[in-house]
Amino acid sequence: MNELIQHLVNALILGGTYALLGIGLTLIFGIMNVVNFTHGALYTVGAYVMYLAVAALGLNFFLALPVAILGGLLLGAAIELVLLRPFRGSDIDTTMLVMIGAGIILQSGTLWTFGGVAKAIPSPFPEAPLQIGLVSVSWLRLFVLGAALTLIALTYALINRTKLGLAMRAAFQDSDTAALMGVDVRRIYTATFALGSSLAAAAGALLGPVYVVFPQMGGLAELKAFAIVILGGLGNVTGAAIGGFILALAEEFGAGYVSSGYRDAMGFLIIIAVLLYRPTGLFAKAERIG
Amino acid sequence: MLGRFTLTTAILLALTSTGARADAIRIGVNEPLTGPFAASGTYVVNGAKIAADEINAKGGVLGKKLELVIEDNKSNPTEAAAVAEKLITSDKTPVMMGAWGSSLTLAVMPKLVDYETPMLVETSSSGKITTSGNPYVFRISPPSSLEAETFAPMVSRLGLKKVDFLVLNNDFGRGAATDFGKMLKDKGVTVGLVETMDQGAQDMGAQLAKLKASDADTIMITSSVDQLVLLFKQMAALGLKKRVITTGGSQNPDQIIAQAGAAADGTMHLTTFLPWSPDKTPDPKATEAFIAAWKKRGFDYAGVTESFRGYDGIRAIAHAIEKAGSADPAAITKAFWSVDLVGLNGPIRFTKAGPAGKESGQSKPDVYLIEIKDGTVIVPTL
Repeated sequence: MNELIQHLVNALILGGTYALLGIGLTLIFGIMNVVNFTHGALYTVGAYVMYLAVAALGLNFFLALPVAILGGLLLGAAIELVLLRPFRGSDIDTTMLVMIGAGIILQSGTLWTFGGVAKAIPSPFPEAPLQIGLVSVSWLRLFVLGAALTLIALTYALINRTKLGLAMRAAFQDSDTAALMGVDVRRIYTATFALGSSLAAAAGALLGPVYVVFPQMGGLAELKAFAIVILGGLGNVTGAAIGGFILALAEEFGAGYVSSGYRDAMGFLIIIAVLLYRPTGLFAKAERIG
Repeated sequence: MLGRFTLTTAILLALTSTGARADAIRIGVNEPLTGPFAASGTYVVNGAKIAADEINAKGGVLGKKLELVIEDNKSNPTEAAAVAEKLITSDKTPVMMGAWGSSLTLAVMPKLVDYETPMLVETSSSGKITTSGNPYVFRISPPSSLEAETFAPMVSRLGLKKVDFLVLNNDFGRGAATDFGKMLKDKGVTVGLVETMDQGAQDMGAQLAKLKASDADTIMITSSVDQLVLLFKQMAALGLKKRVITTGGSQNPDQIIAQAGAAADGTMHLTTFLPWSPDKTPDPKATEAFIAAWKKRGFDYAGVTESFRGYDGIRAIAHAIEKAGSADPAAITKAFWSVDLVGLNGPIRFTKAGPAGKESGQSKPDVYLIEIKDGTVIVPTL
């Protein structure tokens, strides 16, 4: 019983960051119709900015987190302005190739700058875990879950309660009509890509201190983000949030009760099943975001 | 048409001739410099460079300088095989050292037969490497069966009753679980769970939750240093307090202390080098000289326990080339059998292992049990 609860707690905590990753990716795809292959690299960059701020510059842990998120935001905006804006209007394959190239450049860039050896980010939380009965949770992971849920709520509010969010939803439904109604669609695209990127960087900055930071860390994270997006339905923010938790549950229980060596394969088994039986995702709603 | 052809040929010739220095003997080094094993592979390469510089400072081998051709196998078996092919065919290295992990080394081994080129194996511990009938393999690291054999007398003194395993899901990890499991059963110790994890896995919470619920008193872990750091932190987070013994010799205790902190306290590790007490090593002077050279270059001290493998590996290869009298792959393969040298962790002498007629070489290094206590490494008296 205790083992079961421990697995549930583990999955809940992991699910928060998975959801962050998924939401960032699904936003960009839904609104811009761009398959963002730099998502994993932005996750890595977020973790390295966190490492630089905390370990190298000695910045306060809680101050470093917004710095990392801001870093992701700026880098995302730059990628959109330099690489995506000139290709606006070309087909999805062209931008996909551009994004794959950008992803490789970013990953090689982190490898070149920081080397291949993993780095650890010190955290201000106590080593001893919070003990509830026989179930233990580390304080750092609790903080990560709290921060992830806060960021998800903020993203929700941004999309559903602000003028920018309204414009984003309008651009998602029909960008031409939105433009005719006076929405500056080009600015919306930059904002969307920057927002999605900052969420990826946030996930990296949050998980960096939990694990270790290395240049290839984004590879698996990106695959998982794609899995979550497919699970939740392309462009579906709520679907991505729930998809993140489903993937974490599948991995945790797959590893706990089926076979631990194939933990990362569990998620993909679900995806194959979803694609076979509900190809538009578990929570597909026609033409809507939010 | 002809003009262009000759121009291309001339450029190609110029490129190849500048690539290979006629006055140097090249040694291929096939190590993971990126990916999950990046830390360990980098340390081995640093050790190899110290050895090569030391030998070159004394005049080299056969009157020629040693030149290391270092390639990154990206912690990936497919890449490791490709790197070996590149080193042999394009760089023309007559002998190689590699490839750190057991799965990496096993992937390279068929290439050694194809090109009849010997390789010194400095780190890998899977039994399969020296028992599969590959006569071009010479290993200076202990196979996990030898580690288990050395550990056997300590089992009852530590009071082990029931042991669970948490190992990498590859040849290295599964080999260790098999060899240690067999030894423990022979000693009357119960073997419980055998949990596995992917080499790149970052979150082992599910496996650890299972191990926490088990009634075993000890967990034996086989992995590399980066994952061990994560494991110890995650064990502390789960409140998992059992005796931990790690195998494989790639733990770099100083890195664990630095990165896992108090979470690593009380953990025990089977290592193959004792830099913390040079006087207890087979060649104290050489150990001290090596540690001094390591520090002088400003390398991370934590890497010493891994890097000595590269140092000893290159020294053994240089020795074999010297005995062979030429930088010819066949002559070096033959000469490996007469290598006799005191390494930093015991004598390097190859004895025959594996099927008759195509035996591999296996040296028998020392294995030590150390413990991390209050942030320092101690050698427990058992």
